[in-house]
Amino acid sequence: MEKDIKIAVLAVQGAFAEQMERVSRLGAECIALRQKADLMQDFDGVILPGGESTVQGKLLVELGMLEPLRDKISKGLPVLGTCAGLILLAEEIGNDEHVWLGTLPVRVRRNAYGRQLGSFHTEGMVWGIGTVPMTFIRAPYVEETEQGVEILAQVENRIVAVRYKNQMGTAFHPELDADNRIHEMFLAMCEKG
Amino acid sequence: MSEDRYTLNKQLAQMLKGGVIMDVTTPEQARIAQEAGACAVMALERIPADIRAAGGVSRMSDPKMIKGIQEAVSIPVMAKCRIGHFTEARILEAIEIDYIDESEVLSPADDVYHIDKKQFQVPFVCGAKDLGEALRRINEGASMIRTKGEPGTGDVVQAVRHMRRMNSEIAKITSMREDEMYEEAKQLAVPYELVVYVHEQGRLPVVNFAAGGVATPADAALMMQLGAEGVFVGSGIFKSGNPAKRAAAIVQAVTNYQDSRLLAELSEDLGEAMVGINEQEIELLMAERGL
Repeated sequence: MEKDIKIAVLAVQGAFAEQMERVSRLGAECIALRQKADLMQDFDGVILPGGESTVQGKLLVELGMLEPLRDKISKGLPVLGTCAGLILLAEEIGNDEHVWLGTLPVRVRRNAYGRQLGSFHTEGMVWGIGTVPMTFIRAPYVEETEQGVEILAQVENRIVAVRYKNQMGTAFHPELDADNRIHEMFLAMCEKG
Repeated sequence: MSEDRYTLNKQLAQMLKGGVIMDVTTPEQARIAQEAGACAVMALERIPADIRAAGGVSRMSDPKMIKGIQEAVSIPVMAKCRIGHFTEARILEAIEIDYIDESEVLSPADDVYHIDKKQFQVPFVCGAKDLGEALRRINEGASMIRTKGEPGTGDVVQAVRHMRRMNSEIAKITSMREDEMYEEAKQLAVPYELVVYVHEQGRLPVVNFAAGGVATPADAALMMQLGAEGVFVGSGIFKSGNPAKRAAAIVQAVTNYQDSRLLAELSEDLGEAMVGINEQEIELLMAERGL
């Protein structure tokens, strides 16, 4: 099931290897984005992995990657942000003054479930897919969405997955569970893109 | 600890990969570390170099001091307890620490038994200088491993030795015949199942960081080249001339550890590095604690 698409994974910090492994297994070509020059290549979609958003955000700035990446996303490049990646995309962070890419019109709350003892695994309905396993690690959730943002999933009345045009964000980590459907949904967005 | 909880704890370590965990002793240092790009901080009263200089018995930090650091930053906060001191570990769990380091840097509380880490909800990271130690700690419930190195020395030689030793032992098991693994488990004094895991996957079942003696961006990049999945930096940062700059440079070095040109830039003008101690000059080898 070789797909003729190329996915870039932001690889400055965090669980990028897991995302690359998953995307490759699903038949897409995969490249790592570690510095500005890597962004000059052509690719059909980008994944922002889990990790620490403060670290990833800061490295994006220092390595001169923030602006070019924001530019690509604003121009329609499909993007999937998981956990820290969702925070990087958010237009506003409720409990933090930083805004990183700020392309997704939602307000998120960092560490919304508390410290590591608050991390949990569950299952939840994702719109258009069905029930999927969901792993939350010191996870955020979405507090508020602007008009036009589709709410794809909620867990205990908290929004945990959204889509807005070319952007998709999950508070949980689809790359940590065996289910491929979230990634397949994203790859389908990239194929159309 | 349930299987689910253990998985979640291993997964938190996965999120720390490619990052730098920094020792801090005050909320102010914790903020500097976070600003510089630390993916987690290790809260402790004295950094290893000072523990070494002060001598005497070294214990878990004051919970109040740890809580001050938890309030100061949004990244995960780790803290150390003594080897075998399960009551210190319970105290750290009670203040909802994100990761406990059952650490040879502190004076061991038990010279035979490590903590039965499976009895806890919070995750543990443990030091190891070879594969046997790493797998024994994992069998006890550690969800992350780091090399022991030799803390507080600014000398990377032991961390290098431990990482290379672990890697070569893993490579050896990977190439073994199935029927040789029983004997290998016996030699390493670890469960057979863990040897089988290493044989099949070619790696530890948990994330493996480098620690002990990392003092420069080049040291950090060297450890990444040798297969570390991230780096702990202890005394190397706040014992140096310009902690904020050095910390930020080490963070970038870990991300782009293969780009020598960038490493050259990052290594410029960092001010004074911590004064190192060579291994021949050390009286106390912390790596020999807790085997």
